[in-house]
Amino acid sequence: MKYADEYRDKEIALGLAKTIRAETHLERPYRFMEFCGGHTHAISRYGLEDMLPNNLRMIHGPGCPVCVLPAGRIDMAIRLAERSEIILCVYGDLMRVPGSQGASLLKAKARGADIRMVYSTIDAIRIAEENPEREVVFFAIGFETTTPPTAVMIRLAEKKRLSNFSVFCNHVLTPPAMQNILESPDIRSIGRVEIDGFVGPAHVSTIIGTAPYEFFAEEFGKPVVISGFEPLDMMQAILMLVRQVNENRHEVENQYSRAVTRDGNLRAKEEVSDIFELRDQFEWRGLGQVPYSGLKLKRAYAKYDAEVRFGMNELRVDDNPACECGAILRGVKKPVDCKLFGTVCTPETPMGSCMVSSEGACAAHWTYGRFRDHQQRRAS
Amino acid sequence: MCLAIPAEVTKLLSDEMAIVSIDGVSKEISVALIENLAVGDYVIIHVGYALTKIDPEEARRTLELLRELSVEGQGVAP
Ligand code: SF4
Repeated sequence: MKYADEYRDKEIALGLAKTIRAETHLERPYRFMEFCGGHTHAISRYGLEDMLPNNLRMIHGPGCPVCVLPAGRIDMAIRLAERSEIILCVYGDLMRVPGSQGASLLKAKARGADIRMVYSTIDAIRIAEENPEREVVFFAIGFETTTPPTAVMIRLAEKKRLSNFSVFCNHVLTPPAMQNILESPDIRSIGRVEIDGFVGPAHVSTIIGTAPYEFFAEEFGKPVVISGFEPLDMMQAILMLVRQVNENRHEVENQYSRAVTRDGNLRAKEEVSDIFELRDQFEWRGLGQVPYSGLKLKRAYAKYDAEVRFGMNELRVDDNPACECGAILRGVKKPVDCKLFGTVCTPETPMGSCMVSSEGACAAHWTYGRFRDHQQRRAS
Repeated sequence: MCLAIPAEVTKLLSDEMAIVSIDGVSKEISVALIENLAVGDYVIIHVGYALTKIDPEEARRTLELLRELSVEGQGVAP
């Protein structure tokens, strides 16, 4: 695949690993958080951790929209889907996310709810056109990458004068979540993880650009390097972070310049700001209420807002107390620190959302990392 | 959820849609978020939408830099 395979060359990766090792100072730790689930996935899949020096640790952050969706929002969607007039359209990743008491959209579907998996918002529009007598609701979820497609869809629904179409909006923003990790009030109970720098989101940044991260570099004194998702991209970004740390710099640097600019995608940003506005707060699984971190439809588009249209009440449910997703999303604990990992909780029977999405830390470790644990145990 | 892949634009359609090719597999996607797109451009696609164009010049420069950084490492003892 062009613009992918070139950035997976093993020889170059080994050379980069040597450069990283040569430049890290043995006496100090380097702790970098990758915010994005896509990065977590790449690190596990290509075994990048094995190539890095022991004093350099990658901390898996909260950056997977499926993993941070609170169980209450799943319950709300299930209630909606159980209404006979409604067809609920969802991205496939959401089907197995646990709601309260083991409920999921998949189980609701098995019980007869009309829930349809879609690949794109365009499919949801088509379903609404084909079913004029039903109410079609799109379960919108995702970071800044997935929000513009939802905005385009609402504009399209308006253009086509679709009156049976609405959106259950769960879009969230990455910068407030990053800030929350650095300064949240419940750090005292859950513990804080020391972070020396961030690997910044790849595809989120294609939309919002690198500028929003300048605040972190300045305000928190943390280097941020925006990185692509291929293994060589990640290795280069890690080297760039090592150099910033060594030189006591904290700037925003852009490794992924082939796709990301400082300002991002202006057209996409415009679409989003036309249609959405900030919520005062939004609940994140594992992070709790995060101020100004979620989006809702503007009042002018209220007829497309499923929460208004169907009088949906906010449901709050506590996560399974044994599930450590909260601490894992903050990088305080690793998947293997969870008692349920690999026993009751596997990708087939996920207890927490970190095990559902392939970009979740638990699922990534289950698929690619647990054999390494086993080898390390045997070796020691 | 956020995984996205590069694809080559092979045909522009009406209504801000286009056909792209991913390793020879064709797919119809929306290009409503992209300005000034031409056949032969590479874009990053995600949930059926092109998010951004790939800049071939920057892509080449990154590869060159990666090679240089890798060679720097080859000279040091493992
Ligand atoms: S292993 Fe399962 S239960 Fe434990 S933290 Fe991960 S998702 Fe939650």
